[in-house]
Amino acid sequence: MEKFRKLTSKVMPLDRVNVDTDQIIPKQFLKRIERTGYGEYLFFDWRQDPGFELNNPRYAGAKILVAARNFGCGSSREHAAWALSDYGFRCVIAPGFADIFHSNAGKNGILLVTLPGEQVQTLLDRAAKTENYSLTVSLEENTIHDGHGFATQFAIDPFRRECLLEGLDDIGLTLRHAAELDKFEKQHDAAFWVAPRAGEQAQA
Amino acid sequence: MSAAKTLFEKVWESHVVAEPGNEPALLYIDLHLIHEVTSPQAFEGLRLAGRRVRRPDRSIATVDHNVPTTANRVVIEDPVAARQIETLRRNCADFGVTLYDVESPRQGIVHVIGPELGLSKPGMTIVCGDSHTSTHGALGALAFGIGTSEVEHVLATECLPQGKPKTFRISVEGELPEGVTAKDIVLAIIGRIGTDGATGCVIEYAGSAIRSLSLEGRMTVCNMSIEAGARAGMIAPDETTFAWLKGRPFAPQGADWDRAVAEWRKLATDPGARFDRELTIPAVEIEPCVTWGTNPGMVASVTGRVPELGDAKTEADRRAWTRALEYMDLRPGTPIEEIAIDRVFIGSCTNSRIEDLRAAAKVVAGHRVHSSVRAMVVPGSQLVKAQAEREGLDRIFREAGFEWREPGCSMCLGMNPDILQPGERCASTSNRNFEGRQGRGGRTHLVSPMMAAAAAIMGRFTDVRTWEFRKEEVPA
Repeated sequence: MEKFRKLTSKVMPLDRVNVDTDQIIPKQFLKRIERTGYGEYLFFDWRQDPGFELNNPRYAGAKILVAARNFGCGSSREHAAWALSDYGFRCVIAPGFADIFHSNAGKNGILLVTLPGEQVQTLLDRAAKTENYSLTVSLEENTIHDGHGFATQFAIDPFRRECLLEGLDDIGLTLRHAAELDKFEKQHDAAFWVAPRAGEQAQA
Repeated sequence: MSAAKTLFEKVWESHVVAEPGNEPALLYIDLHLIHEVTSPQAFEGLRLAGRRVRRPDRSIATVDHNVPTTANRVVIEDPVAARQIETLRRNCADFGVTLYDVESPRQGIVHVIGPELGLSKPGMTIVCGDSHTSTHGALGALAFGIGTSEVEHVLATECLPQGKPKTFRISVEGELPEGVTAKDIVLAIIGRIGTDGATGCVIEYAGSAIRSLSLEGRMTVCNMSIEAGARAGMIAPDETTFAWLKGRPFAPQGADWDRAVAEWRKLATDPGARFDRELTIPAVEIEPCVTWGTNPGMVASVTGRVPELGDAKTEADRRAWTRALEYMDLRPGTPIEEIAIDRVFIGSCTNSRIEDLRAAAKVVAGHRVHSSVRAMVVPGSQLVKAQAEREGLDRIFREAGFEWREPGCSMCLGMNPDILQPGERCASTSNRNFEGRQGRGGRTHLVSPMMAAAAAIMGRFTDVRTWEFRKEEVPA
């Protein structure tokens, strides 16, 4: 996974609440078996509208997306994170994110920053009004600033932060606990009432 | 004396493998359900890293999202979908995972077959690369949807690092009025708390109206927990649960059964256990619900109207409502019962179980589908389909003019050929009314199976509480 340390980039505002993962990547692109190549389908339906932000040349090359409340709700499709990342987004700032999307983003090196609604509104307004509006996001310092008076600290789960900073592979981290896992599993297997095939009958 | 604990805490604590200080807990996973759409990249990840599936016996796969629902569906015309299904077959064969393939009598929607085969049980941790995994919480399991990276993680380790969610008890108290169903309960809840009302939480549904629900009804409620943003939904196992589970293919038998039930009885939330949040809703306030917008929180009573924009609480909501009404081609203030529909879909992991089909058939019996409506029933599994056919429900639907299909996710998300055309308006028993969910430009209204059936007959939404039932008993 690509490390996330510090990023300075143009900002694309998306001032819509409850942006669901069906919009981020519609279902017809979920039939592929690859992990890459989803960027061209990002916000596929909304992009049919020439006025949609992604079609606006002033936001071209933006790696930071600022969105409204509950971004990434709905379907668990990791394709949403793959599409954002493949398109070039490395950071999304919003007042809140859906849980599964939050997890998926982290596993693809995308930093999600939760800020209070008023601050997000400020960023949305500035990004919409200012040509080439850009932000600097530092995960090392937990700060965001625009060099023009907007500066704030943000909070982030320490484990998630560490994984992003170091680009850590989750499975590798879990396997550090292999001995505990073996021990737990041996005991747990005796609890047949929570085993899937407890009363297995002849296969249909 | 140990502190009083919630159902969630009991299941959580019995599955913690390790709690390394400043990292999330490592949670053991009892059952991993797999389908064709969110697994190919996970298996590929295993291959690239030279890893195996740690516990094939705790993994079960089926095909549901992509499969056509037409009678002859062994050959899939869409080459991209066919390749994805073929990939699942190869992955299951290579890694030793049981697959209920398209011709298996156990094939079906992953969240229908898990419980009906008795794979899902009280007290388990269950995951699947699908957000509606919350369904299995109806049995008293901790069940939640995960992304593909996590699918790979579970395949490799049978564990997941998980931050501990908060607890939220939603109690629905009192007797549900006739014609008001589990679907209306959960739509009413989402309407009240919003699509991010339970983000970061595991909901426990409680109260007399929840306890009086059948297992199928409880699954409908837990299924849509994710639409309120919740990590999972759970209901304490009770006599209804045990009676429903007993004798299913993977349920414990004989002396094991009694021992299992004794264990499961310990799971219910202790008196005095504390929740992070609580909400109580009187059942009597719940009416048959119809969504009018483009998320499941945009919901009205069937006797109500599409809201006026002035009713929006915030400017952001007002803009979202404006956009939703434009997409849905609805005017503020329109009575819900005046909204005419083109299509009806009865199916999905929310409402495709035998009880759902019985409820819909009872409404349909003796009536004809409206001339301007195309209606279809897609049973949730081969077992549901066979049961319905034994009961003659298929005949009732067919005679009324419904299409009777093969099991799969179908028009809930339109990954297979079952999609709405642009501008078509559908009464659907599924779980999401997002823009384009059932087909680009399609307009979805979420309702209960009874409400969908009545809409199919009338060609518009109608209050099922005043329905003229033409046949008292649905023939067996």
